[in-house]
Amino acid sequence: MRHAVLFALVLFAGCEREDREFRADPVATEADARIAMTSLSPGKGGPERSGANAKAYEENAYHISQGKKFYSWFNCKGCHANGGGGSGPALMDDRWVYGGEFANIVQTIEEGRPNGMPSFRGRIPDEQIRQIAAYVRSMGRYVPKAAAPGRSDDMSPGKDEQRRLPGRPADGGIVPPSAEMPQ
Amino acid sequence: MRPRCAFRPSLIWSTGLLLTGCSGPQSSLDPYGPDADTLARLFWNFTGFLTLVWVVTMFALLFALRPRPEPARDPLAHEQNAEHGMVLTVAIATALTVISIAALTVVSYGAQRVLFSDRSPSLSIEVTGHQWWWEVRYEDPRPSQTFATANEIHIPVATPVILKLAASDVIHSFWVPRLAGKLDLIPGRTNELRIQADKPGIYRGQCAEFCGWQHAHMAMLVVAHTQEDFQAWRAAQVSPAKPPADAEQKRGQEIFLKSPCVMCHQIRGTPAAGKVAPDLTHVGSRRTIAAATLPNTRGNLAAWIVDPQGIKPGVHMPLIKLDAGEIQPLAAYLEGLK
Repeated sequence: MRHAVLFALVLFAGCEREDREFRADPVATEADARIAMTSLSPGKGGPERSGANAKAYEENAYHISQGKKFYSWFNCKGCHANGGGGSGPALMDDRWVYGGEFANIVQTIEEGRPNGMPSFRGRIPDEQIRQIAAYVRSMGRYVPKAAAPGRSDDMSPGKDEQRRLPGRPADGGIVPPSAEMPQ
Repeated sequence: MRPRCAFRPSLIWSTGLLLTGCSGPQSSLDPYGPDADTLARLFWNFTGFLTLVWVVTMFALLFALRPRPEPARDPLAHEQNAEHGMVLTVAIATALTVISIAALTVVSYGAQRVLFSDRSPSLSIEVTGHQWWWEVRYEDPRPSQTFATANEIHIPVATPVILKLAASDVIHSFWVPRLAGKLDLIPGRTNELRIQADKPGIYRGQCAEFCGWQHAHMAMLVVAHTQEDFQAWRAAQVSPAKPPADAEQKRGQEIFLKSPCVMCHQIRGTPAAGKVAPDLTHVGSRRTIAAATLPNTRGNLAAWIVDPQGIKPGVHMPLIKLDAGEIQPLAAYLEGLK
């Protein structure tokens, strides 16, 4: 009998998986727009400031699934397809031209990159940029399996993010010559 | 000893309270269109007939349970007469049951024939369910005459209107109880529902299939106009947004166009052309905002922009960075988009 009660208690622990934070503290998100000093950024690493709360986004299934929705709504697909790349680089492989950490991806979306990646600062709210970055990280499965999206709403050519092999932490990548020269 | 009486006046009151749910702006027992009328009549026919069946059954039960002196009989004796009576009773009851069910089936089928009969519609409207709002698109063979609005369906009276129901994310259900029955909106397919209003007025409806966090705040209004009023409304909706009337509205338009609003919302006549959120071209002419969650006033517009997640947690409208001084002009601009 006691074992049954204990077992039931253990099961209850599964009832609360994660918190959905719909409403970020309004004051905290009212940051001033940050001005980029130059249109060029060094290939490796990014400013640490955008990496704050990386875990809160990357390890949260709700944020990642929202990011997946915005990835399609804001037409990231137009250049990066479903992660395989098109006129923009692939996002699901382990090569990162401007760094593959959460902070790098946030910075890439916010400030844009040479050769076509536009800046979305002031276009996409901060919260949603972080959700999109978390989703981009889930494409190569740099996020926990439990948090990665399990199923696409429409037909998808590859495996769902959750069923992909975990990505190896890659730090930086190869900067193509085209990205090294000033635009 | 006298049996305890289970009757309490409070029972009557509470039943009476439940009955108040049968009227009001969203009651299927208060029909305003032929299809809703058919359904309401079907409901009352079934209720009336089945009440009769219930009363007869209860009387039969009480009759069978009445106290009788136990006759001293040989339990093994074969009593031809009693046996015959029982067989006859069971046979009659079975026959009555079969006839009742068959009759109800025919009545129900007849109502369906009326509901699904072909009545040539003069107007077809695409209604797409999103989490958690309704996109309403008026179709027309001339592309210049099509337009989109949200959460408010305007129809002419006494005219059958076909709604083409689709969904973009999960299953929703369209239900305006005073005009028609409910029908699901299913991603990947189109369902057709016919509605018709006999009198001008506002008929409230809402999503009737649980669709996520804000399912309860996914309502819409059907507004029925006379034919002339409807044509006037339609002509006004087709036109692009009016330019801002004064300096404050002009400032509001500038704020709108430089903000993330344009990623999702469209205002025809401006560069804002987002397609994933309600079309705001004539948002000021609507009666409500946020899928009939709030009345459309300048204060509510401002509140909705400042704190959407506080009003409707989980909604896709994000909190955007605006200075305190930018909210008033923005709300004024949106309110002015008549």
